[in-house]
Amino acid sequence: MQDVAVVSFAQSTSFAPDPLRNEVELLLPVMNEAVERSGIPKKEIGFTVSGSCDYLAGAPFSFVSALDAVGAWPPIIESHVEMDGAWALYEAWVRLQVSDIDSALVYAFGKSSIGDTNEILTLQHDPYYVAPLWPDPVSIAALQARALLESDGYSESDLANIVARSHKSAMSNSSAQRTSETSVEQLLSAPYTVSPLREHDCPPVSDGAAAVVLATGDLARRISERPAWIAGIDHRIDSHSLGARDLTSSPSAALAARNAGANQGPVDVAELHAQFSHEELILRRAIGLDNGTAFNPSGGPLCANPIMATGLIRIGEAASRIMDGSASRAVAHASSGPCLQQNLVCVLEARDG
Amino acid sequence: MTEPRTEPVRKIRTPIRLDYTMTAGEAQSRFLRQIANRKIFGQRCPECEKVYVPPRGSCPTCGIATRDEVELADQGTVTTFCIVNIPFAGAAVEVPYVCASVLLDGADITLFHLVQEVPVDEVRMGMRVEAVWVPPEERGPTLQSIKHFRPTGEPDAPYDAYKDRM
Repeated sequence: MQDVAVVSFAQSTSFAPDPLRNEVELLLPVMNEAVERSGIPKKEIGFTVSGSCDYLAGAPFSFVSALDAVGAWPPIIESHVEMDGAWALYEAWVRLQVSDIDSALVYAFGKSSIGDTNEILTLQHDPYYVAPLWPDPVSIAALQARALLESDGYSESDLANIVARSHKSAMSNSSAQRTSETSVEQLLSAPYTVSPLREHDCPPVSDGAAAVVLATGDLARRISERPAWIAGIDHRIDSHSLGARDLTSSPSAALAARNAGANQGPVDVAELHAQFSHEELILRRAIGLDNGTAFNPSGGPLCANPIMATGLIRIGEAASRIMDGSASRAVAHASSGPCLQQNLVCVLEARDG
Repeated sequence: MTEPRTEPVRKIRTPIRLDYTMTAGEAQSRFLRQIANRKIFGQRCPECEKVYVPPRGSCPTCGIATRDEVELADQGTVTTFCIVNIPFAGAAVEVPYVCASVLLDGADITLFHLVQEVPVDEVRMGMRVEAVWVPPEERGPTLQSIKHFRPTGEPDAPYDAYKDRM
């Protein structure tokens, strides 16, 4: 296997709506910042891959215009996934295994504010039986939250605890959109959005972009003092049919975590793509994380959720904790689809020498 | 129990409508506001110095932000064209008509527009053209503020003057 490491990460400050900048203008400074930090000249990067969604952008082939930000001349080797940027990173990792190139640029972007995500995300359901009923993502998430609370001895206080911790952690993250020091009691006094979920149990609408630079073995060691090595990465998927799944668990997250080797050592930090507070409880159990792990020190998706970039940001944040020396081993998780249908787990670690 | 033989279900109707509030972006918004004032602004790449019009805020070759604004003439050169003979619903002009790539003086990429006030078989590469603007009250932040381009009557531009900007 070719050793691959995250050597730099950049993200925009999440907010919405951004009425001035289009997607390319949002992406350009972030991408250039990540490339500059990596120390690799842009023209020497071997592979470029992005994650975005035409439904979110409201335009066909919207990722093509994003290439205006890349500088794709002379022609570059480039790819795109209609998925969160975390899956673009997975493609880059696979591409780097071929070993003919030693670096890759991964980016993701989305302006959730230009459409109604409650409507857009509905269209990811089965087009015959489910999508025509227009079940919005908050209601679908609430079904899962209710199933979890009723069957596993969790309470709404457990959800509020996650929210309180996330908002507080986000205070040290300049890219976060929601930050606060709020008590569990205050949170529980807020009205329901869709019971048992309150507004703070759901992610904000965010416009944003993120970029990660990957490098292999010697190059990574040369340009980075402390690269965040990818020790394992895997992604798995559960049935699209919600009725065919036990919504209180996530077999695909558990399998991806096992294949990525999440439990082959202590986990200092976990950045989880839990867009709704209850999802963190399911993911902790599926991945096998205990209280020795710091969960979402960035604040997580509850505090900034630029759809299509949120998963890539988890990898970037976890890698940053390795690169800045505050963690030695970290787990990053990305998710796609309703109720944590598809899950990617990436294990990152520091290595001596 | 056997199911009665029926025709297969060939079609279901699931109407979908999504509304978006698009953003032209900073660079294109400035371009569109200027064109409402009968001015054409491009942006110059600080690295390769190419002038893009309409600007998109970045140089797609270098991948860097373009900030320097450059006012361009509303005259230019036809670098290539086609003659449209097929009418389509909602078309504002009658066939045959000419669509052309116009390299505005001072720009490095061409602008797509109509060439009119000339028989279609007289339009040619290198032809010098100028913008015909719609009356002030009809101008707005749209390329339709330019009604079309028409020949200036100047001698044709030599091929070398535009061969690298086709």
